[in-house]
Amino acid sequence: MSNNNWPLWEVFVRSKNGLEHRHFGSLHAADADMALENARDVYTRRNEGVSIWVVESSNITASNPEHNGELFEPAQDKVYRHPTFYNLPDEVKHM
Amino acid sequence: MQNKNLFHYILGIADNSLILGQRLGELCGHGPSLETDIACTNISLDLIGQTRSYYQYAAKISEEDKTEDDIAFLRLEREYKNVLLVEQPNKHFGYVMGRQFLFDVYHLMLMQELQNSKDETLVAIAKKGIKEVSYHKRFSTDWVKRLGDGTEESNQKMQEAIDGLWRYTDELFQLTDADKAMVELGVGVDVSKFKEAYYTEVTEVLKEANLTIPESKYFTSGGKKGVHSEHMGYLLSDLQYMQRTYPNMKW
Repeated sequence: MSNNNWPLWEVFVRSKNGLEHRHFGSLHAADADMALENARDVYTRRNEGVSIWVVESSNITASNPEHNGELFEPAQDKVYRHPTFYNLPDEVKHM
Repeated sequence: MQNKNLFHYILGIADNSLILGQRLGELCGHGPSLETDIACTNISLDLIGQTRSYYQYAAKISEEDKTEDDIAFLRLEREYKNVLLVEQPNKHFGYVMGRQFLFDVYHLMLMQELQNSKDETLVAIAKKGIKEVSYHKRFSTDWVKRLGDGTEESNQKMQEAIDGLWRYTDELFQLTDADKAMVELGVGVDVSKFKEAYYTEVTEVLKEANLTIPESKYFTSGGKKGVHSEHMGYLLSDLQYMQRTYPNMKW
């Protein structure tokens, strides 16, 4: 048996309550139920998470690397978009 | 004598987990896909973890000076009390899942009942293990349904596995003398009580999986008394190799 015919799924895991789901990796599975079970075994067996999302990779629309110039380069010289021009009091932590 | 019965009662439960864990461990690096490989070895580690709790307890109450490792690795074949079902080889993935499913349904029922034991340690082990075993059952049940209700080939292989393993199911519900003595004391579980519920549940899944329920009334047993199938010796030689070759070795 081989799983060459199984579609690819992307796995997102929430490491603890309050945090967002983050991309952990991908795996093969025949359907969503199996993808969840496989994700549980492959990515959370060392107590990494409290919630799992899986989505079939083909459902993800990705940006085209050829368009990186127009998509991302214009942001490079706009430092004023970062809130770095304020003096934060020391008492304010975790900003 | 009471300790001796308790000792044997614990082994009767623990050896099933040890031997099935060993069988699943054989798939490490050899599973049909990376995902199922990891899943099977996860289940193996769950079972070995449970085994350790049981053996530590057995070692504690044993009148001899024994450790959990002695119990796990240094007994003779006849001294292992696991059922024949769990020692059956990994012929193919259908067999692995069929064996797992037929055991898991039983195992979960046992854990649920063991929570009501008068023995606090056994209760604690059961409470801890029950979530693991629930997952094992979900996993193996899903696979039995997938394979049974899959392609013509997967259906045929799953059917072959169920037909081949069916004869070992009856032994799960037989009580040894130690079992009976422990049931009497309110420590042990009378497994014969949930035999009917077991076959009802198994039958439902097999039907849903498009599989035929074996009609054979021929059942075989012996493992609980230490009389094992021809596969057991090979399994034990793998399992015991390190301790036999390097006595008292530790990690």
